[in-house]
Amino acid sequence: MDAIVINSLTKVYGTTLAVDHIDLTIQKGEIMGLLGPNGAGKTTTLMILSTLLKPTLGTAIVNGFDVLAKPAQVRASIGMVFQDPSSDELLTAYENLKLHALMYDVPMGAIDKKINEVLSLVGLQERQHDKVKTYSGGMRRRMEIARGLLHEPKVLFLDEPTLGLDPQTREHIWVYIERLSKDTGMTIVLTTHYMEEAERLCHRVAIIDNGKIIALDTPAALCESLGGDMVFINGKNLQPQELAKLPFVRKIETLDHGLRIAVEDSAKNLQKLLQTAGETEFVTVHLPDLNDVFLHYTGKGIREAQGSVMEHIRAFSKARQNN
Amino acid sequence: MKKILKGIYALWYREFKVFQREKSRIISSVFLPLFWYFIFGRGVGSITNTKVNYQHFIFPGFLAMTIIFSSLFNGAYIVWDKKVDFLKEVLITPLSRATIFTGKVIGGMTDALLQASILILIGFFLGIPFSLISLVLTLFMLFIFAIGLVSLGLIIGSFLESPEGFGLVSSFVVYPLFLLSGALYPLDEIPGWMKVLTHIDPATYAVDALRRAILHTSSQSFIFNTAIICLFDVILIMIGTLAFKRMKL
Repeated sequence: MDAIVINSLTKVYGTTLAVDHIDLTIQKGEIMGLLGPNGAGKTTTLMILSTLLKPTLGTAIVNGFDVLAKPAQVRASIGMVFQDPSSDELLTAYENLKLHALMYDVPMGAIDKKINEVLSLVGLQERQHDKVKTYSGGMRRRMEIARGLLHEPKVLFLDEPTLGLDPQTREHIWVYIERLSKDTGMTIVLTTHYMEEAERLCHRVAIIDNGKIIALDTPAALCESLGGDMVFINGKNLQPQELAKLPFVRKIETLDHGLRIAVEDSAKNLQKLLQTAGETEFVTVHLPDLNDVFLHYTGKGIREAQGSVMEHIRAFSKARQNN
Repeated sequence: MKKILKGIYALWYREFKVFQREKSRIISSVFLPLFWYFIFGRGVGSITNTKVNYQHFIFPGFLAMTIIFSSLFNGAYIVWDKKVDFLKEVLITPLSRATIFTGKVIGGMTDALLQASILILIGFFLGIPFSLISLVLTLFMLFIFAIGLVSLGLIIGSFLESPEGFGLVSSFVVYPLFLLSGALYPLDEIPGWMKVLTHIDPATYAVDALRRAILHTSSQSFIFNTAIICLFDVILIMIGTLAFKRMKL
């Protein structure tokens, strides 16, 4: 049985299509990443899968239960770690977890043992009787991940699990997630806009932009699908048309600050490429990563996609000033 | 059923822990009525001629006041849970919205009753003539009154989108409920339009019942007032359950 089956799932807010006919099947034990810029529809999708939002159209079956027909059963079988802190600061970690255990009907005799178990998994059992407001952001996130595991859900949703955390804490959380997946075989669905995170953790990645899944595969297969190494060039009088004629050039994208070129066997062909390119000033070559994949499918980098919101605002305010 | 009771206990547990830790809320809710009692009561008492000592006359009103303030704000506080996303954590559990509502009502009511109990204790030292029966009747009335008011607060809170709306709740709900209840003055000689308003105000019946219980003087029977407050509770619990079902994040 698949853990999650999504069919033609759609969510409309007013006139905005937040989620646009998504189809996706997530297998048991899989770590599935939903990768995309802010506002792509990742969190909305999670909210629908966890029954906090109702879809406008389409169906979603989670652990065999339809999110619309059996919301309570869906909720009992999933764990969720929200993007924003959702614990009570005035309570201790122990109290927050106890509250959670009671709400999920964990047997009374097992509550303390379970709390200890999940808190030691994230290295917080020493601090369990301190109020959450004394915790750092990273500790709080770890506590909330532990909380999400407390009732042994079949599927764990992580909404941007390392957003705003320092690199060291992020590494810790990645290790917890990897260990969790390996030890328990739990299905994990996470959203992220960090490429490294998706590449490191996810068995499969669905790239989402404007509410649509535009690519879905393993990170390695997605990168390989670009057909070569990524060469970035900037300089004067660049010749994209000439470059496109070269047999080993797979794809050329013109960015504001240069050209991004997918090249077969760059070690062999780089020199020829540069001779054709024009007056190059700066060259980098790297193996394709998910950012390149994103760029390939959407025509914009994930960071630029985020920037575009600001551009819209700027364009809008400019237009207003001109009127 | 066991699941539901555990869920209710969980929500109560949280309210109770928070209550224990938010000392400033307890202190202000106990001292505010005391200021009214001593300063306002003594000041106005010096110019009025009520059958009983004016400060004693308004004491039941301050018990009602404590219940009104703490219950309503406790309920409306759910908007804060929305803001800090704690509400999401509760709504995503398997508990039904009706269970969540019930747990919140019981939690808020416990807080309100504890605060009123502190005031009753102080009342002993102020020479308010409590007997065992009057104490039981008083606590019973405060108990049923708090249920309706916490529900009202939760209904308002479920509609509010941000804590900034708190000021409106205070101006348009809390103070009218309190000021029109006859907590501070007898209702015999007020103008007709105001009488109508006091009759609509559920707090009027609670204050009257409390006055019967504590001072053995009232305009309606205790049973009648109890019936009105119970009706108020039933209506608000029904609306509240519906409001929770339709509440979005």
